[in-house]
Amino acid sequence: MTQLMVNGQTREVDADPDTPLLYVLRDDLELHAAKYGCGLGQCGSCTVIVDGEAALSCVTPLLLVEGRSITTLEGLGTAEDPGPMQQAFIEEQAAQCGYCIAGMMMRAQALLQKNPDASDAEIREALEPHLCRCGTHMRILKAVHRAAGLMRAASAAPAKGAA
Amino acid sequence: MTAPITISRRSALQGAGALIVSFSLARAGFAQGASETPEGKAAPHLPGSLAVDPHLDAWIRIDADGSATVFTGKAELGQGIKTALIQVAAEELDLPPARITMITADTGRTANEGYTAGSHSMQDSGTAIRNAAAQVRELLIAEAGKRLNLPAGQLKAENGAVIAPDGGRLGYGDLVGALDLHVAAAEISTLRDPKSFKILGTPMRRVDIPAKVTGGAAYVQDMRLPGMLHARVVRPPSYGATLKQVDMAAVEAMPGVARVIRDGNFLAVVARREYQAIKAMRTLAAAAEWQEDAHLPQQGDLAAFIMGMPSKDYKILDQHGEAGAAVLSLEVTYTRPYMLHGSIGPSCAVAHSEDGAVTVCTHTQGVYPDRAAIAELLRLPPDRVRLIHVQGSGCYGHNGADDAAGDAALIASKMPGTPVRLQWMREQENAWEPFGPAMVTKARAALDASGRIVDWNYAVWSNTHLTRPGPAGTLLAGQHIAEPFPVPEPKPIPLPEGGGDRNAIPIYTLPNAEVMHHFLPDMPLRVSALRSLGAYMNVFSIESFMGELAAAANVDPVAFRLNHLDDPRARDVVTLAAERFGWDGRPKSQDGRGCGFAFARYKNLAAFCAIAMEIETERETGRIRVRRAVAAVDSGQIANPDGLRNQIEGGILQSASWTQYESVSFDTARITSIDWATYPILRFHAVPDSVEVHLIDRPGLPFLGAGEAAQGPAAAALANAVADATGQRMRDLPLTAAKLKAAIGV
Repeated sequence: MTQLMVNGQTREVDADPDTPLLYVLRDDLELHAAKYGCGLGQCGSCTVIVDGEAALSCVTPLLLVEGRSITTLEGLGTAEDPGPMQQAFIEEQAAQCGYCIAGMMMRAQALLQKNPDASDAEIREALEPHLCRCGTHMRILKAVHRAAGLMRAASAAPAKGAA
Repeated sequence: MTAPITISRRSALQGAGALIVSFSLARAGFAQGASETPEGKAAPHLPGSLAVDPHLDAWIRIDADGSATVFTGKAELGQGIKTALIQVAAEELDLPPARITMITADTGRTANEGYTAGSHSMQDSGTAIRNAAAQVRELLIAEAGKRLNLPAGQLKAENGAVIAPDGGRLGYGDLVGALDLHVAAAEISTLRDPKSFKILGTPMRRVDIPAKVTGGAAYVQDMRLPGMLHARVVRPPSYGATLKQVDMAAVEAMPGVARVIRDGNFLAVVARREYQAIKAMRTLAAAAEWQEDAHLPQQGDLAAFIMGMPSKDYKILDQHGEAGAAVLSLEVTYTRPYMLHGSIGPSCAVAHSEDGAVTVCTHTQGVYPDRAAIAELLRLPPDRVRLIHVQGSGCYGHNGADDAAGDAALIASKMPGTPVRLQWMREQENAWEPFGPAMVTKARAALDASGRIVDWNYAVWSNTHLTRPGPAGTLLAGQHIAEPFPVPEPKPIPLPEGGGDRNAIPIYTLPNAEVMHHFLPDMPLRVSALRSLGAYMNVFSIESFMGELAAAANVDPVAFRLNHLDDPRARDVVTLAAERFGWDGRPKSQDGRGCGFAFARYKNLAAFCAIAMEIETERETGRIRVRRAVAAVDSGQIANPDGLRNQIEGGILQSASWTQYESVSFDTARITSIDWATYPILRFHAVPDSVEVHLIDRPGLPFLGAGEAAQGPAAAALANAVADATGQRMRDLPLTAAKLKAAIGV
């Protein structure tokens, strides 16, 4: 059994240690967001956050993430209660087929967590490992900028319930 | 449409968590869609796809709670069609969009609308749904009139109810009980006046996006059925290779492996877990010994090879008239390579065989044609096979979706009772999908002293752009099994839509013009429909050539086009794109920067699209980057302006990728562009600073498909901008950095 922290919860999985994290997330933990795109780390559609860093789950074996904290797109919110990154992508309608989008969002989330004021050039550079085939790039960039704004606004606002 | 339906894809896909779909395969003849058993023959003069199935309840049903269920035979491919069709129905029914459930392509439930392709969905299905919804609304009003003893003229439909002059309301749900909607549509509908549209033509958020951005079960890749196993295929190393021998015993003993399948040259593994299936696939692939027989053309000499292939020749335009004396003529050749659809998510399908019937969840563009292929493959009657469209990764034409559905169905048929999920690997998708065909065009034209074109001569050499299912021989599984099915003879797609000759006939007013289509039946590489088919290459060629001619005539390229363009809607998009771009005051070509312009009407019958583009080039590397693009589009009546913008933006970016980077590579036997390193596409460093899309709405005019309108113009605008920036005319796609560096580099 391998113990992982996934979206804030401790999970135990029984898979071979060489199994890429992608399949553990999809098959063992029944999470949908991380996608198989190439299995080679070339397209970014499998991206999740491991200990605060964006990671390509298709080339990250389970044994390397034992005991570490993993966040997938499911950990950012729900359709009913979307987090800022999700809200921004909905508001910008930043998807066509959307298959690449979960990975894009996780990369952007990792960037903004470390650098809330990321410039356009920094966002583009961060997203360089990610491929989108529908050509939604312009909207993806706008959505990441919007997410940064939403996150800044949320951290500037007084906490809920504060006097 | 009376069969009991046990699979509710919508509710399943909208549910949180694991997607559980009950495959209870309707022993009651689930496949008897209304379209297959209409009492009356469909009437060809009915609008849109009503001609395929004239029954109103094949398109619209009103539920007892007053909500509506709307059926389309078209599929959501990420292009937003589901949302646009909800808007169409909501407008004519006068019902809030949230109260409409849209059921998409499913041979058990929806009409046979063929393929979701060719930018036809709004024309075909949008028109059918609009008319059917309007007629249902009028029937509801008439029913209310009967109950209230009032003439229909005094009643109006509003927000899901019929309203009487005294303000009394009768909800649709109350009215529908007495109505029979299983009636044939009338030829003429009372359509809403576009001036009063409340929903159609306004931006609506896409209904499929929330699940996609929150990790919902949005794709066929995300389906998880009870007891489902994971399958992988092992494909031959090259076209036509035959399996000499394979030791399956070692694979069968691997952990989790449930089954190893060999049927002729068709090899597959089925395992409990997905990664176990992948490991078993690799071991099986290593154990297989193949006899390879493929002889692919020399890639370096592809154009000459294509022009030397046997051809069937069609003269598709031959017009002659009075013209000025020629003072100048140009003749040039353009080429394009084989290109990938290159879906980001490799093709996938989930199939289940039970009680002699097979259900396949697939991201095919054509559930009915693919059902025909799979039924023949499995040697089952079509009514024992049901295909349900579930979204996949964007396909952009005939990619591996149909083949994966065939693979999954074949594997499932050998394991009755067990649902099987099959996904291709990246290298399988890249090597085995049917490519967009390589093409060559030749253009020759003469100008008179005033800079007008007096003679135009154009020829295009191309394979077919259509090898879709149909027959079982169109599927890889059908070709690879021990008793294979024959591959059907390729045929050209007839004009006016055309295949290789799509958009080969110029839209410009030309006194003398001849256009030849050299159709090439031999297909050394597997090819089929890639988004916009031949239009991408023909528009690239014609619009590059217009740029070359304008330069030769020393006339501004926008003015040169307008001088040859009579269609007022065409002139409008050209003028608007030029205005919004600031064409007349555009930056001069210097420091490697330049501007280009191009225009086309897709298929000469769908949306109009003009694009102006500013680019920068890097002398040291030959690298090109689009700085900004401005498009103007007329697609008739607009359903969802934001959806339309998204399609055009995407078309421009996708075309920028095709045009700058993309080319399938191969050696004498094998496809070698099997991943994203060997088949590079656009990445963020090359994404433009801005892309603007300006829409011209034509309220009340027919819907014109726009999903493929931008690709051709974007390619030519880019090539024209490169010529402006560097003085180098690049005629061989893709316009790679290496080629430009060789032309201009230091």
